[in-house]
Amino acid sequence: MCSYLTVPTAVAGSAKGPQGWMSVTSASVYFDHPFHAPFDHTLNIDFADPSRGPGGRVAVELSAESARRLVASINEALAAAGAAAR
Amino acid sequence: MPAPEEALGAANVMISGHEGAQLNAYEALPAGDGPFGGVLVIHHLPGWDAGTKEITRRFAAHGYNAICPNLYARQGLDVDPDDAAAAAREAGGVPDEQFVGDAKGALEALRALPTSNGKVGVIGYCSGGRHAFLTAVSLPVDAAVDCYGAFITGTVPDGFPLKVKPIVDRAPRLNCPLLGLFGNEDHFPNRDQVDELEAALKDAGKTYEFHRYDDAGHAFFSVDRTAYRPEAAVDGWQRIFDWFGRYLAGD
Repeated sequence: MCSYLTVPTAVAGSAKGPQGWMSVTSASVYFDHPFHAPFDHTLNIDFADPSRGPGGRVAVELSAESARRLVASINEALAAAGAAAR
Repeated sequence: MPAPEEALGAANVMISGHEGAQLNAYEALPAGDGPFGGVLVIHHLPGWDAGTKEITRRFAAHGYNAICPNLYARQGLDVDPDDAAAAAREAGGVPDEQFVGDAKGALEALRALPTSNGKVGVIGYCSGGRHAFLTAVSLPVDAAVDCYGAFITGTVPDGFPLKVKPIVDRAPRLNCPLLGLFGNEDHFPNRDQVDELEAALKDAGKTYEFHRYDDAGHAFFSVDRTAYRPEAAVDGWQRIFDWFGRYLAGD
């Protein structure tokens, strides 16, 4: 089967897609078959502005290993920023 | 018979689906006057993608009128297939009743083609494998192929966004011979779930043929994924064309 748990979260920020920059309000995180990446399964993140319809989305498909590295990088960058990132 | 030199034409067409909804569909037709059998190709959960359209062309190259409707067309006819798939996934997939209505429209489009021999089959991959079975227990078709469709049997685990239920209890209503192709390393469906489907078909006295491949898991036909297993895929394609050759031939 193709489908595993989706973990949605509200986000505040912007993302750049084919139509340029847009505000995004949600991120759906799930581990599933990718559309494009050459792996059987990937960690997928859809940054979305649901008010723009299905096309209001910036998507990434990452190998499990690189997704874990990304989590570590995000945490490291936030920690290094100190008080400014609280 | 395959079209000469595998010649074919392909185009995007509009068909009427469930409750008259307008759907876009990818249609591939063999060169020549026919008559040809028809094949309804059901895409997998990732949507109306390039891989499934390539499969659709493959049937035309082998002498079948083939059509692949966009089951996520309600997300918008001009929406990129990957965006539509993500939105459909968020929505829990496609309701069974809606799917059957869409399949009915696609089968009618196949039968209405001037080169049709009146016979139609259905094939689906992944979630489309379950849809192929659902088609064959709901609508008049002449042959069906289920490629590793999950949740015909078994139970959908908690937390899955896909809102589907097992439908194995409908096996007695199967309208046509069913070919099943499965990977023994697959988890959805796993071996026990394939066994359960086979037992139900046997109990109902249905014509079926199952082939299970070692060293193959889910999506072993997908040529652009590491799941691709050439031995299983090559044998599987041979089985598919033998099956449709047997049940969709005719003038």
